[in-house]
Amino acid sequence: MSAATTRTAAAARSAAARAVAASLGREESYLRSVVRRFFKHRLAGIGLVVFVAMILVAVLAPLIAPHDPNQIFDEFQAAPSSAHLLGTDPVGRDVLSRLVFGTRVSITVSVGAVSVYVVIGVCLGLAAGYYGKVVDAVLMRVADVFMSFPYFMVILILVAVIGPSLLNITLAIGLLGWPVISRLVRGSVLSIKNQDYVKAGVSLGYSTPKILFQHILPNALSPIIVNATFGIANAIILESGLSFLGLGVRPPAASWGNMLSDAQSITVMTSQPWLWLPPGIAIFVTVLAINFVGDGLRDALESRETKSHR
Amino acid sequence: MGSLLQVRGLRTEFGSDAGSAVAVDEVSFDLDRGETICLVGESGSGKSVTALSIMGLLPRNGRVTDGEIRFDDVSLLDLSEPEMRENRGNSLAMIFQEPMTSLNPVLTIGDQLTEGMLLHLGLSRQDAAKRAVELLELVGVPRAEQIVRDYPHRLSGGMRQRVMIAMALSCSPALLVADEPTTALDVTIQAQILALMKRLAAASQTATILITHDLGVVAEMADKVAVMYAGQVVEEADVFELFDHPRHPYTVGLMKSIPHLGADDDARLESIPGSVPALANMPSGCRFQDRCPSVMDRCRAERPDLLETSTTGKHLVRCFLYSGEQAAVRDETTTAVAS
Repeated sequence: MSAATTRTAAAARSAAARAVAASLGREESYLRSVVRRFFKHRLAGIGLVVFVAMILVAVLAPLIAPHDPNQIFDEFQAAPSSAHLLGTDPVGRDVLSRLVFGTRVSITVSVGAVSVYVVIGVCLGLAAGYYGKVVDAVLMRVADVFMSFPYFMVILILVAVIGPSLLNITLAIGLLGWPVISRLVRGSVLSIKNQDYVKAGVSLGYSTPKILFQHILPNALSPIIVNATFGIANAIILESGLSFLGLGVRPPAASWGNMLSDAQSITVMTSQPWLWLPPGIAIFVTVLAINFVGDGLRDALESRETKSHR
Repeated sequence: MGSLLQVRGLRTEFGSDAGSAVAVDEVSFDLDRGETICLVGESGSGKSVTALSIMGLLPRNGRVTDGEIRFDDVSLLDLSEPEMRENRGNSLAMIFQEPMTSLNPVLTIGDQLTEGMLLHLGLSRQDAAKRAVELLELVGVPRAEQIVRDYPHRLSGGMRQRVMIAMALSCSPALLVADEPTTALDVTIQAQILALMKRLAAASQTATILITHDLGVVAEMADKVAVMYAGQVVEEADVFELFDHPRHPYTVGLMKSIPHLGADDDARLESIPGSVPALANMPSGCRFQDRCPSVMDRCRAERPDLLETSTTGKHLVRCFLYSGEQAAVRDETTTAVAS
């Protein structure tokens, strides 16, 4: 079957599903309509599959990797063969195994760092938007200061000072990334806090934290989710860059970035592509996949469709 | 023990860059259990601000600068914010004007209904959920069992206002403040909602402050009426007394400006000329002087007080036209006290 016919078939099926839902008198739930719109974005679907696969690889690394990533074999700089599918590095370690374990580092650092800055950004953004006045002014000026630093340089220096390690780069990226999120949240809160349902909540005697987290935050969630998704892709690149410069994960632990640093030598570059192509492609594919997911989420969550088909 | 709610000489000011503006001045009234008072007046007359002052929900730049609000013999103005929060939703509840936006779009009806009960009544989740369904049935929402699991966007305005009423009544408040609860609804739904509120308030002996600018609603709902103009109560009386014998020229003007079915086809509807003076530059003397058909020199010089004009019932008017009767009432009470 050609691509065009699959597409029309899929469109017909989803239209039919909607018609059935409508005839049953229940319009589709918000979640289901988000899922439908997300998967209408074909690349987003593929991106999600890739991203989920990466997470599985990271979690199941010891089971998937053919060898211990730090085990040294006799043959070094060996080209791909049946024994070592992606060859071995200059020390004689299996490249595929190191690539698999490198996934762990990338996913941990990126998801960890983004979680840290989303939590910080959300709390500060809620406070700034809701309390306004002095709180707002102070927090947003602090955010301005943070945003005016050259991001990569600060992380570089920070990691150089506190010492490179998995935890430290996660914290360094996490502690510097919050201003964007807090500005987003603040903006949403400014409009949401004047909604009648927030006033109704106050008139029912709810405490301020309850109103902030239970009533305002869920309404401000979609831009946060989209931004966090792109943030993960960004953090993967940052981590790779830091590791490439030797300020990320300490060798001998494997990371995509420090595997790439082997490509610094011109001989490796020209004659041993199995040393640098796999980590390069891994970074490229993962980042691209996550960006597609982000695009899909943005279209699905921020679409005005829900408002129009009430 | 006095009335459930006693408001005495309430004065609420709003601070702005240009100085402070008095939005409500010298507002006093009493309210007993099961009684409904209507605050009537045009936009900007201070009805809502009076209600928000009672609820302690004034915007950050507003504050009560004078007067007293006693509720159940407790001075509300002296309570701390946490104590006030304890009261809100519990013994004091409020219904807002816009049912379409008063429910949170991302929480189910059930979540929003049970929240207050979990907080104030300390019910278990199951009990609260059960009571939520009962409340929805009480306010006449059909298929209550299903509706609790639905999100607000699936309900019409009338249904949402019913849910808001259910939320407000969920903790059996002693006082319900309804700020134009039917303004956003069409007429038939208005009638249903008003009938519902009246029935529930009577059944639970809830005192109600109903804010409206619709005299039809007043006639339907009120036990007594306070007519407000430019931040002051200009006339207060029982509902029948007020409709039968409006005294203040403003009230008389309002009555005349209601369309009647029996009126002449070609007759123009009467209106009150001019508009409410801005809060920042209130005229000295009577605040209604520039629009009053029977203005006197005295009105421009002195400020009238809200005084009793009737020796039999209760009928307070803030107007010099009735100073003779007011004096007579005063004489009578003083002689009564003296003898």
